[in-house]
Amino acid sequence: MTIYNKSWEAVIGLEIHVQLATNSKLFSGASTHFGALPNTQACNIDLALPGVLPVLNAEVLKMAVKLGKALNANINTPTSFARKNYFYPDSPKGYQISQMDKPIVEDGFLDIELEDGSSKKIGITRAHLEEDAGKSLHEDFEGQSGIDLNRAGTPLIEIVSEPDISSPAEAVAYLKSIHSIIRYLEISDGNMAEGSMRCDANVSVRKIGSKELGTRTETKNVNSFRFVEKAIQFEIERQIDEIETGNTITQETRLYDSQLNTTRPMRTKEFANDYRYFPEPDLLPVVLEDKFIEEVLKEMPEMPDEKKCRFVNEYDLSEYDSSLLAADKDLADFFEIVSKTSKAAKLSANWVMGELSAELNKENLTIQDSKIKAKQLGQLIIRIEDTTISGKIAKEVFEKMWSTGDEVDAIIEKEGLQQVTDLSEIESMVNKVIDGNPDQLKQYLAGKDRLFGFFVGQVMKESQGKANPAQVNQILKERLKE
Amino acid sequence: MEIHELSLIGQLNQLKEGSLSSTELTQHYLDRISNFDEGINSFITVTADLALKQAKESDKRYKSNSALPLDGIPIAHKDIFCTENILTTCGSKMLSNFKAPYSSTVVNNLSADGVVILGKTNMDEFAMGSSNETSYFGPVKNPWNKEYVPGGSSGGSAACVSAQLASAATATDTGGSIRQPAALCGLTGIKPTYGRVSRYGMIAFASSLDQGGVLARSAEDSALLLASMSGHDPKDSTSLNEKVPNFLKNINSPIKGMKIGLPKEFFERDLPKHVESSTKEAIKTFKDLGAEIHEISLPNVDLSLPVYYIIAPAECSANLSRYDGVRYGYRCENPKDIEDLYMRTREEGFGPEVKRRILIGTYTLSAGYYDAYYLKAQKCRRLVANDFNEAFKSVDVILSPTTPDTSFKSGEKSNDPIEMYLQDIFTIPANLAGLPGISFPSGHHEGLPLGVQLVGNSLKEAELLQATHQFQKVTDWHKKLPEVK
Repeated sequence: MTIYNKSWEAVIGLEIHVQLATNSKLFSGASTHFGALPNTQACNIDLALPGVLPVLNAEVLKMAVKLGKALNANINTPTSFARKNYFYPDSPKGYQISQMDKPIVEDGFLDIELEDGSSKKIGITRAHLEEDAGKSLHEDFEGQSGIDLNRAGTPLIEIVSEPDISSPAEAVAYLKSIHSIIRYLEISDGNMAEGSMRCDANVSVRKIGSKELGTRTETKNVNSFRFVEKAIQFEIERQIDEIETGNTITQETRLYDSQLNTTRPMRTKEFANDYRYFPEPDLLPVVLEDKFIEEVLKEMPEMPDEKKCRFVNEYDLSEYDSSLLAADKDLADFFEIVSKTSKAAKLSANWVMGELSAELNKENLTIQDSKIKAKQLGQLIIRIEDTTISGKIAKEVFEKMWSTGDEVDAIIEKEGLQQVTDLSEIESMVNKVIDGNPDQLKQYLAGKDRLFGFFVGQVMKESQGKANPAQVNQILKERLKE
Repeated sequence: MEIHELSLIGQLNQLKEGSLSSTELTQHYLDRISNFDEGINSFITVTADLALKQAKESDKRYKSNSALPLDGIPIAHKDIFCTENILTTCGSKMLSNFKAPYSSTVVNNLSADGVVILGKTNMDEFAMGSSNETSYFGPVKNPWNKEYVPGGSSGGSAACVSAQLASAATATDTGGSIRQPAALCGLTGIKPTYGRVSRYGMIAFASSLDQGGVLARSAEDSALLLASMSGHDPKDSTSLNEKVPNFLKNINSPIKGMKIGLPKEFFERDLPKHVESSTKEAIKTFKDLGAEIHEISLPNVDLSLPVYYIIAPAECSANLSRYDGVRYGYRCENPKDIEDLYMRTREEGFGPEVKRRILIGTYTLSAGYYDAYYLKAQKCRRLVANDFNEAFKSVDVILSPTTPDTSFKSGEKSNDPIEMYLQDIFTIPANLAGLPGISFPSGHHEGLPLGVQLVGNSLKEAELLQATHQFQKVTDWHKKLPEVK
């Protein structure tokens, strides 16, 4: 989709905010549950009442250490917090507690897999902890604004990449890789629509070969993988257009409009805040002892790359299939149950990535919401393997399972879909087909071998798809020789 | 002797004996407040109903032999401590309508030990001031002479204890706000080690310097209250996880051999004759008690004032950002938009001294100035702290005058901030280093009290209280009370 002038290249860095899946907030005991009535999950600390103080939720340290490990990064100890000062109604203290000089995670990298199968290393500058803001509600208040502070103080980790990304496709690959990691670590649900993962893209362009970086813009509010790709694409083309028509790029924050597929300026640098960062005096620097880090790392799950390698070795799947399955932890887990139930790994992989994924996509469901459970799909594959049904009939059974929720065997029995393996029955069908098509028989015998397929098809049709195809083949071959 | 003239411990003994009831004592103070506080203005809120209710409950506990350590003692809280369902103003128009929905740890700790709350005391706005003239609720007068200031920022707490309108009072100290008013009102005031007393629910001025403490009439009284207030609080991440010793345990032990350091940098200053002589008198008393006197040096201590006036305003500029008119407190009328709401609320809600410090702090933290001011100040702060560490290798406590002079007249320094800031020249270093400091009466000049300060090593409050108590056993300055009319 990269259609812009070949003499330009894009320089892209992403800032990804990930909401950490803790039960309580970063600095208070209030719940972080999504979707509660406005301001019912904002305690004295979240409301920034006079005299309140923050207390760090230790759970986030574990999450950050795991993430740091997965990003091949250093864990800073001590790590310290800072105040970022700005006035906004949904920022109750008038400052956000964030990290500046000593972010908990620093200096890592991630290898991303590109569509052509090659891989690329993306540097990770840092990942720091900070608290989320509340939400300003501008509708339904007749000229006034409402404020919901339920989200205020929810823990975020912001992952900042180096400007190592050179195309919208790479940006999406990187984002998907981060998404996969946070899901694997179970530190976030990564739900972009609900805002648990948000992405800002820093984009600039320059002539290929140029060492100097162009002026960059920061595009905010890109809340799906597809929009990230589109927003960056738009921004690259806009910047090239601007420069080619003799204009300059303004360093600014832009907002992506997904309906119009454009970006527009949010605020220019002139109005940008001086955040006046300084060390948070209410929190002491946090020392992460070696023992603590070791304990946390013991809880590290198998990561996508490791899983992919295991799938190749253990199930003899292709690299491509393995990496596709391993990218989504839930999908991989689902596949493993199917495979363990059916004892047929390759077929299981085909069904999970084929029929099942297609059905999920069609109904816009996640794998957890699949109407056919992993064990049920495994049962279906067992029936293919033991030749109770053919692959073709299996698709029919799959559809029925999907719509009714019934078990495989019940459907096969009820619908009479059991494969016909009775030789005499198949023979009589073969005879019927040969007798009924004398012209085709003549041509076949005259040397038109391709017509063999026609006969197979006719027999299958006669059996309503239930005849065992291998047996049909065998008997037809014998009969046609005669 | 009238019951308000008794020490807190004296009152407690009578309550225990049953010769005095808390209701009687509380009513006595409430009567004195209504008779005398109009001319002093030490209270912003008097919680008479609550006080009498608490006193009654206390009397019941005495009758049922289940009395608490401080049961029935009527005290006042500085209006910087949040008190549930009671107006908590911090001396500001900004919070003039703010009823806290929760109580600070200090208030809870003292209540758990049975104190009776008489009310909330006046203070410099957001604890910024040394004369109690910046309060939105009007200036507080010094009970020794109403033309004079009581000191600040805990001026209301000092004045009410000095005028015997309460047995004792809570206070806070960011740069001297307990010790300076103690000196100016003839009281004993202790600021413990940073982190000893929880800051939860204590409205923040400068978080890395603020510390709660006590204003009382003697070291013994202070020891009792401080023990109750102190202790680790999981709600305050800077709270020290250290066991609180029994401050009274060694208070009666002699101080023979205690090493007292006199920083030459302080004594080289041009001090008024009466300050010098009263300090020398105090030194002699300690010598007579068996203490060793050593001259010491705090080579970087002169940096303290400038360092303080970078760090404290910087922290305050952020701490006071929450007062934006959005969620609670003062809000300007008919705001046009959010900018207007912020600007007019803060323009109208804060007084000039608070604005001055917010501006200084905002400036020193700004891009391009941070390294030159804030970062450098933090480095200098470390130097000052290191000087103390060095000094405590050879001495146990450090003695100096508490203030450069006795109290000054209302209005005398209010137009000259620098002159006002110099009030805290001897007290600020202990805040920068996070060390405990105590001030106690050491003399009088022209009818106004003078104080001496002892600064101790980290967590050595017990030593400070012991030294002060030994001093008070052989002197009478702390027993002198102003005539309240």
